[in-house]
Amino acid sequence: MNIGILVNEGPFTHQASDSAYMFAKAAIAKGHQVPRVFFYYDGVNNGNKLSEPQSDDRDLVKLWGKLADDHGVDLVVCVAAGLRRGIKDDILADGFRISGLGQLIEAGMGCDRLVTFGD
Amino acid sequence: MLHIVAKSPFERNALESCLRLSEPGSPILFIEDGVYGALDNTAMSESVKTAMADRSFYVLSADIKARGVTEQVIDGIELVDYEGFVDLVVDKGPSNTWL
Amino acid sequence: MAEFEFETEGVVKKFMFLNRKAPYGTIYALEVLETVLISAAFDQEVCLAFVDDGVYQIMKGCDTAETSGMKNFSKTYRALEGYDIEQLFVEKESMEARGLSEDNFIVDVQVIPASEMATLIAGQDVVISG
Repeated sequence: MNIGILVNEGPFTHQASDSAYMFAKAAIAKGHQVPRVFFYYDGVNNGNKLSEPQSDDRDLVKLWGKLADDHGVDLVVCVAAGLRRGIKDDILADGFRISGLGQLIEAGMGCDRLVTFGD
Repeated sequence: MLHIVAKSPFERNALESCLRLSEPGSPILFIEDGVYGALDNTAMSESVKTAMADRSFYVLSADIKARGVTEQVIDGIELVDYEGFVDLVVDKGPSNTWL
Repeated sequence: MAEFEFETEGVVKKFMFLNRKAPYGTIYALEVLETVLISAAFDQEVCLAFVDDGVYQIMKGCDTAETSGMKNFSKTYRALEGYDIEQLFVEKESMEARGLSEDNFIVDVQVIPASEMATLIAGQDVVISG
């Protein structure tokens, strides 16, 4: 099954990004596809490569990037929400790309499920 | 329709609204701070137990364990891991997350 | 990363934007409205539901003049009709709990009881909830 994911909060402040990541990993482990994760609202901060968590903490930005790398997950940061928050190509982490809200609607249309994580 | 409740019932109305706006027969999964809604001997327990008559409840084991309240989960609410979460999403149709 | 190619040709799904948050105190109402406007270009069956504090999103008479300069997006709800987004539902219980009636709203809405709202939600293919 194709499962799309919508992440509405940034890493660290809320658990939303952690939950979405764990869910995506489990879905892939069970043989499902996660073709796209769309990052909206403060969720765009998941794509900020300047994020530097302490060494004993998980690094969500890198974890997402690795998931994209290992499994071809399309990580899309919303352009409008991103610009507001200063997330642009020059600070975009590996594995992410910036695009429009149409990519969220398209994920809703093209996936069998769309699961939201947020605050 | 799978209903996912992600906020504490003592902070927000996510659970209350989910119970009001989910159809009888709906599956309801507690995640994140939503897991506090799965606990017994709270001000919300009776509402949940009443709803258990015609709804099935699940709680994400990772999040209930992280909060140290596993022992307090209402009898009859099923603990699921992330793979169980995925199964619910696959088996129960589209989902809505109550925040 | 390469963009994933979805099979969306001829796909028409029921999309609900389930609004549960008040406007201006947080950005959710404004940014979901931006999504709603974009969704119009995809010819899906779109509806909007206003429950809980979401009913405050469509209040008449919002005036942001004395804020820091927050955009007053309340009038945008009236423009939805021009995008063929005409299915707007308000949950009666949420409205009444806030001492409101249909006269308070900036747009025409269908006021339905919780039981009907539950059925409407259950019948959707995609629910985007804020």
